[in-house]
Amino acid sequence: MKLRTHLLILLAPVIAGAQQFDRTQVPALDKPPALKLPSLERVSLPNGVTVQLVQQHELPLVQLTLVIAGGTKLDAAQPGLASFMTRMLTEGAGTRDANALQGELAFLGAQLGASAGTDAFTISLNVPKRTLGEALDLLGDVILRPTFRAADVRRQRDLRLASILQRRDNANLLAALAFNQLVFPAGHPYHRPSDGDSSTTAALDSAMVRAFYDQTFVPERARFVVVGDVTAPEMRALLAKRFGSWTRGTSARTMAAVTAKPVANSAVKIYLVDKPNAAQSVIYLGAPGADRLHPDYPALMVMNTILGGSFSSRLNSNLRETKGYTYGISSRFTWAPLAGPFTISSGVRTNVTDSALVEIFKEMKMLRDLAVDAAELERAKAYVALGVPQRFETNSQVAAQLVDLGQYSLPLTSLGDFVAKVGLVTAADVQRVARQYLPASSATLVVVGDVAKIRAAIETLKLGDITLLDAQQVAR
Amino acid sequence: MRHFIPALALAFAPAIAAAQGAPLRVPATVDTLPNGLTLIIHEDHSVPIVTANVWFHVGSGDEKPGRTGFAHLFEHLMFMGSQNAPYPQFDRLLEAAGANNNGSTTEDRTNYYEDGPSSALPLMLWLEADRMGWLLPPMDKDKVDLQRDVVKNERRQSYENQPYGMVSDHLPKLLYPASHPYSWPVIGSMADLSAASLEDVKDFFRRYYAPNNATLVVAGDVKPDDVRALVRKYFSDIPRGPAIDRPTPAPFVVKDTAIVLEDRVQLPRLYLNWHTVKAWHTDDAALDLASYVLAGSRTSRLTQALVYTGEIATNVQAYQDGKRLDGDFSIVTTARPGRGLDTLRAVVDAEIARLAKDGPTARELDEAKNAAEAAFLRGIQQVAGKADRLNAYFYQTGTPDSFQADLDRYKAVTAADIQRVVRQYLRANRVMASVVPQGKPELAAKKGVIQ
Repeated sequence: MKLRTHLLILLAPVIAGAQQFDRTQVPALDKPPALKLPSLERVSLPNGVTVQLVQQHELPLVQLTLVIAGGTKLDAAQPGLASFMTRMLTEGAGTRDANALQGELAFLGAQLGASAGTDAFTISLNVPKRTLGEALDLLGDVILRPTFRAADVRRQRDLRLASILQRRDNANLLAALAFNQLVFPAGHPYHRPSDGDSSTTAALDSAMVRAFYDQTFVPERARFVVVGDVTAPEMRALLAKRFGSWTRGTSARTMAAVTAKPVANSAVKIYLVDKPNAAQSVIYLGAPGADRLHPDYPALMVMNTILGGSFSSRLNSNLRETKGYTYGISSRFTWAPLAGPFTISSGVRTNVTDSALVEIFKEMKMLRDLAVDAAELERAKAYVALGVPQRFETNSQVAAQLVDLGQYSLPLTSLGDFVAKVGLVTAADVQRVARQYLPASSATLVVVGDVAKIRAAIETLKLGDITLLDAQQVAR
Repeated sequence: MRHFIPALALAFAPAIAAAQGAPLRVPATVDTLPNGLTLIIHEDHSVPIVTANVWFHVGSGDEKPGRTGFAHLFEHLMFMGSQNAPYPQFDRLLEAAGANNNGSTTEDRTNYYEDGPSSALPLMLWLEADRMGWLLPPMDKDKVDLQRDVVKNERRQSYENQPYGMVSDHLPKLLYPASHPYSWPVIGSMADLSAASLEDVKDFFRRYYAPNNATLVVAGDVKPDDVRALVRKYFSDIPRGPAIDRPTPAPFVVKDTAIVLEDRVQLPRLYLNWHTVKAWHTDDAALDLASYVLAGSRTSRLTQALVYTGEIATNVQAYQDGKRLDGDFSIVTTARPGRGLDTLRAVVDAEIARLAKDGPTARELDEAKNAAEAAFLRGIQQVAGKADRLNAYFYQTGTPDSFQADLDRYKAVTAADIQRVVRQYLRANRVMASVVPQGKPELAAKKGVIQ
């Protein structure tokens, strides 16, 4: 302390207005700004399709998302078909082939994206206000009049086969694929990758894509979310013109409840995937988690932040910052209407693979066995709660929140409730959910690495039975 | 990068097309403290959040041979605690205030930033000031050794364990002569990382981490006078550092080179690289637009010829990378199963020759400009993006709010400009790397004859 003061006197320029203060004291902060939610309007088209709208007039832009309930959970018989059909929407529609459609969108300054989630199809348009009408004409074609030409389907099918082949190159992907195949049994939507495998993809043709589209793109499952420089009456008129006469489907594919249950182990099971000469080992482990509407959601968010959901989490502090085993380690719950997994993942130096596993299991056990101290708990709660307002900065972020909440029929105000519930989470709550969800003695553990160099050391740990998996089978 | 962030989907990011009328402005004030620290403030009250973004004008381009990767290793050490915020207070205090933070290193600069609720600004500034002024007192060999291990892990994760990742070790030294500071990768070599010492850390900090070599942007829901008062309070005591000599590499000509690398990959991939121009050079924007005409969208020329009509490649990308001292242009394309890279190479060469001969169509040029503008605006929808851009523009041009000036460079490009830069730069000597599956060297591209 003396030395520092001395240096200041010698070197620091004296500035008018520089205040005397004690640099050793952490600044006291004002109360964080309260969560301010955007105001939401709701209108309906003549055919009953709802439109949720948030006006944002700061920039002359409109973000429009069409959500159609369904998604990849509808293609169980032909895995990959839902995401493939969605991909094909932007490869030709109305009178335009892929080339003309993409050229027109670029010319209008519009961005159009289509994707299939597990529970919904999402088609998203971002466009300047002045070209909104023309862009909606194109969107009308994409949603109502996709062409699915045989030649275009064949080209995209072949490209997808190539990308499926390339899964074998990627250790992180291999680990996740293996984990999902092991924890979710055949018949469960999370068992296989949403993009399908090579055999289901090779079978794709134009007629299959068309039939699936007819059964899934039905207005009674559709809703629009609009955020931007537009009013509700304006938007209603623009959408009614393009989508007002979209008729109800006659043969909508049913959304049967998922009956296959994820696998809960009675002991740790270890699976190794060989990647000779790998520069590191990819560790991926976990267990069945919870669904987004589960009452444990706020406590799980806090517990995960402490374990591996933030930079200063226990896992990252231990394995990266203390031991130097990895560039980073993190954990997460996958939140969806259908419970996703809880997972921990990291890439670690090959020669410390076993030591890293010891530390990971130790951290899970500690969080289960010992109550967290007040400072750590408060830090995690603040980190979770104060992050919520940052989800509302851009039009696309606001739209994403509405799309997400909408699939659970949750109002925007539920985020305020969430913040309040986070505030009530106690150390006992954290310990209870840690005991219930952290698989300290029941994890499914996948390691992708140089098996010849890591196997013996992992066996010595006696964590559980070891099975060798073939990368060609995991990514097939 | 200090820690890894999974890529976010950009597909839904906003866009704005050309001809909006009003000039694009991100109003910013510039103040300079007596110790040389530049403070740039931008107000945006739309959401109650704030970002603090510090650029130190030092990157891997300031390193010496034998110490490659040091600027980035140093970036990691900036999070290891300072006099009044000992490790691990930096992260803990910010997280408790609801804020995130990270840093990154390029050839030209190192940045550090915190994003969070506007109430967290005093904490962000106090922490940044403490490590700008008082990083060394608690620094020791153990911290250097630990982050050396973390950076080596980063190198393994981001390069060595990634398919095709090894190519980034080879391209810089083939594109730039050994005397040029861009001739090594930002991440550095394992041997050089091992060699870095505590003395190196101290020397580097004293030379480069001084307020006169730093610029601080504060953007978001703030009152400028409050920001000025806070910055004066926390940063004024930090002493000015020495003047800095910057490298001035000599002009050079790339040696026409073809290499073949075998990797554990399923499909071969071709990398073509040319020496071009630095950022803000008169040909930089034209080269950027040329990259769009070649591979920027599904309708672009190489995408059509290789992926759609030709059906010989799975994808193709092209980009102009103009840095502070120099620049390069890359085309990267991956073969479809069963295809060799020489077929792809021939198609690329034919398309470049066609663009050099006829230039782009008026429609192609318009699309490229609209797309450039959209991409440009996409990056500044959030205060964090704006803050980093303000710092970049200040470094490159001396004026933080150079958004419209930057856009004007693109708007001014003509079809003839694109034709000219393709002829001038993409027909010259180049570095070609074929990455092929192990044991399949026959899939590599042959050195093409450039007409």
